Order: sequence, then structure tokens, then C-alpha cells
Amino acid sequence: MTGKGTDRRRRSSGGDLVTRGGAATIVAPAAAVVAVFLVFPALWTLYLGLTNRGLTGINAANPQFVGLENYTTALSDPALWNSLQVTFIFVSGSAIVGQAVLGFTLAWVFRNWQSWVRRALELLVVVAWIVPSSVVAFLWVAFLDGESGTLNAILGIETEWLLRHPLLSVIVFNTWRGTAFSMLLFGAALNSLPPSYLETSRLAGASPLQQLFDIILPSIKGYIITNLLLISLWTFNDFSPYLITGGGPAGATEVLPIYIYNESIRFGELGFGSAISAIMLVINLLIALSYLRAGRSRS
Amino acid sequence: MRDFVVRVAFIGFSAFVGAFFALPMLWLVFAPFDSTPTLAAQIPEFTLENFSDLLSNASALRSLGNSLILVAGVVGVVLLVGAPASYVLSRIKFPGRDVFLYMLLLMSSVITGAAAMVPLFLLTFELGLNDRFPGVILVLAGGMLPASIFILKDFTDTTPRSYEESARVFGATTLQTLRDVVVPVIRPGLAVISVWTAVNVWSNFLIPFILLRSPSKSPAAVLMYSFYTEGGQPNLRLIAAFSLLYTVPILLLYGYVNRKYGFRFHGGLKS
Repeated sequence: MTGKGTDRRRRSSGGDLVTRGGAATIVAPAAAVVAVFLVFPALWTLYLGLTNRGLTGINAANPQFVGLENYTTALSDPALWNSLQVTFIFVSGSAIVGQAVLGFTLAWVFRNWQSWVRRALELLVVVAWIVPSSVVAFLWVAFLDGESGTLNAILGIETEWLLRHPLLSVIVFNTWRGTAFSMLLFGAALNSLPPSYLETSRLAGASPLQQLFDIILPSIKGYIITNLLLISLWTFNDFSPYLITGGGPAGATEVLPIYIYNESIRFGELGFGSAISAIMLVINLLIALSYLRAGRSRS
Repeated sequence: MRDFVVRVAFIGFSAFVGAFFALPMLWLVFAPFDSTPTLAAQIPEFTLENFSDLLSNASALRSLGNSLILVAGVVGVVLLVGAPASYVLSRIKFPGRDVFLYMLLLMSSVITGAAAMVPLFLLTFELGLNDRFPGVILVLAGGMLPASIFILKDFTDTTPRSYEESARVFGATTLQTLRDVVVPVIRPGLAVISVWTAVNVWSNFLIPFILLRSPSKSPAAVLMYSFYTEGGQPNLRLIAAFSLLYTVPILLLYGYVNRKYGFRFHGGLKS
């Protein structure tokens, strides 16, 4: 009886509930879904970008290999340069300046405040983050409306925000939309600091600003880098400006995802759109790799 | 004097933050109950008629049903193929396992819907899945499986193997052990990824927008968009009631998970 027990135990500590062959069978379906619907599309787009594949007509049925033509066309397209510039301003303005700075300020200013007001404010910030994007997009279209929007009613003016200041509008929108993540992450970072850090520096006579720059920011550097890379990646891949402005007026808010959508799915230039997608994937990969590197040097 | 200035700045900042985040949201709170809503947030002339109208609007109800189908489909795929895979990956060590998992996670954050919309569009077309729910479900599941497997593996790693071993010692079969020991122990993990997946699918706009062409198949995210962008005077009573009905499930699910498990930082989830 004892012999049987140890025998079973030995067997289970070696192979557990499943054998290796069984393990492969169990992992296979998940691996297949990921391989076909995640990995393959990325590799395929590298190839499609070298063809003149179209949505309709002869280039749909019988696409030709055109080498790097899509890339040379893209580089001489002013609309692409405009889109890259818009994307850069959108990401740096709404993710890095907007979300990260506002998120950190919220976490820092409210860190010792125990009150229902703080909890209510934080709840508001989080709700703005989780409401579905097509709903928040409409809320902002209504809020910024020139004739009857709430913002103009408060300010007593009739500015058509989405026509006069389109890029600024989507930057403020995306700051509103995404600050919660930075606030929560920096809140966790500040909580992880030992209280003695601040105690010592306060006793040494440091002002709150000195504490912030000399002690707090350097000790949560890892969190800051993590946060900046993640929110840049997400904002770079964010399609929601489309829901507010459709990329307009006249390309003023045409971030890269909207440019790809317009070129490939609206105008049917699938090969050309694939080339731009490939560029976007490479940029994503660079951001993600620097995230991993930052993570490794931290640990 | 200095304390006074700090105090005023603090109150000013809090008031600004409150106004900035609350004002755009007010419309969603008031307009659904207003008999004559405008684009501005205003105190409503209270009515529930917008909702009774909504309940007789076939396309609005159908779109919520479509969203439910997509959610059920993706959560189903993630649990059925993802949960067993994560269990196995937690319990069986093979060389390069951790690198493999990190590669998966890396790919799922690099290959986003926005960056891969063209090949995804063509792939579903070539597979005959264009304008069909299974296409959307598989594409969304492909994007969410890596992170789900990663989280679930974390949960499984923290549960002691000895539970399973004792069950085996007492003669339980593999299936019994899985059902009676493993599943109950990792249930919080299953709940977290189900809710996380559901919230993401319910809100996702881009993938169904690209892959589904028939208006009758639009999920709520896409129908909401067409409500205010298709020509003509938008029907604000319908939009208001629909926005609220579409948003509430998300708030409830998030509230549930947040109360039970709190904010956890999982190397960057939330797509």
C-alpha cells in the first residue's frame, strides 16, 4: 500500500497530470489560433507590402509583385509625412505630456488625502477610461459642438472646436480618456516607496519639490519608463480619433491607423496599405523591445 | 501664508480635475432621462420613454445581441483553448518555456488591430470568414489569448502542486483531479480573464467595423458610431438611451472585478 503511494507520487512529480505528448496536444489549439490569427497576418503583411494587391478589379484577382515600389511611393506621398507628423504630435501631446503628467500629478497630489472626495475623483478618472470608445467619442462630439455643446455654453462662445482646433481637441480627448492608467500605475509606484525615504528627507529640510525631484522621481524611474513606453504604444495604435473626426478636416487628425484605413480599406490599395502596416509593426516592435530592455535592466 | 497658497492651489487643482473629467460625462447621466435632449448637458425633464422607445427599436436590440454573441464566442475560445494550455504551461517545464511565453506576449502587444488591419481583412476574406461572426471571434481571440494564458499561468503557478498530488494519491483520475481540484483553485484567475476579455470585446470597435459589412451584424460599438455619423438629424433620444444601456454592463463588470481583485499591473494589459 505504501509502495503504491510513493510510486504514484514519484510518477506525478515527474509528469504531473499529463504526459509531454498530452501537453503538446493540449497546447496545440491555442497555439494554432495565435499562429493563424496573430502571427501569420504580421508576416503576411510584409509580403503583401511588396505587391500591388487591390480590393477590387484585376489587382484583387491577380496581384503583381512590385518590389519596393509601395515604399518609394509612400515616401513621396505628402499625406504620409503629414500623417507621421500628426501621429507624433498626438502621441507626445496626449500620452507623454497629457496622460503621464496629469496621471502622475494626480497620484502625487492626492497621495496622503483620505477622503471620499479623492475616491470620487479617482472613480471619475477611471470611468472615463472604461466607457466604450464609441460612446466616449460621441460624448466629446457633443461636448465640443460649436452651437450647443456644453463647453461653449460654459465659456459663452461659439467656437467650432473640431474644425478650428481639431488636433488639440483629440489630444485633450485622449488625455481625458487614458489618464487613469498612469494615475493607477504611479499610485502603486508611490505606495511602494518606504515612508522612511520621505521622513528622512523632510527632517533634512527638503521642500516638497526637492523631495519630488531628488528622491521620488529617481526611485520610481522604472515605473516611469514602463508607463511611458506602454502608453506611447497604445496611443500610437489608437483608432479612436477616427470616431470623433474621421481623420479630418483635411487630414489634420489623420493619425497612422486612420491613414492605413483610408488607403487600404476605403480606397482599396491593399498592397500599399500593407507596406504602411509593415512600417507600423516595426515601430511597435522597437517600442516593445525597449520596454523589455528597460524591464531587464531594472531587475 | 504659504500654507494658505498651497491649500488654495490644492482645492483649485481638485476642482479643475473634477470639472474636466465630469463635464463631458454629464450628458450620459442626464440625456437618457430627458424627454427633449440636446447636445448640451442639461437638467432633464424626467422621462423613461427613451428607454421604452429603445426597447422597440429592432436594430438597437439586435446590435446588443450581436455584441453578446461576440463576447460569448471570444470568452468561450479563450477559456476552452487558453485555460488548458496555461495549466499545462504552468505544470510542465520545457527548455525555453518562459522565453516562448514572453515572445507570445510581446507579439500580442506589437501586432495590434490597427497595425494589422489589412492582413486581417484579407485573411478572413480568403478563409471565407468575411462578414461572419466566427471571423471576428477568432481574430479577437488570437489577439487576447497570449495575455490570457500569461495571466492564468501566473494564477496556476501560485497554487501548490501538492493539492493535485494528494488527489492522485487518493486515486482520483486525471479528469476528476482537473475538475475537482484544479478548476476550483484557479477559479479567480478564470473569472479575471473572462471579465477582462468580455470588457475588451464588448468595447472593441475596429475589428468588427472592418470585418463585418452587413448592418444587421453590427455589434453595439459599430451601431453607436453609425447612429451619429450617418446623414440626417441624429436621433438624440435614441442615442442617449442606447449609450447608457450599452455602457452599464461594462461598469458593472469592472466594478465587480475591481472590488474582488483590485487593480493589478500585468505587464500592460488593456488593449
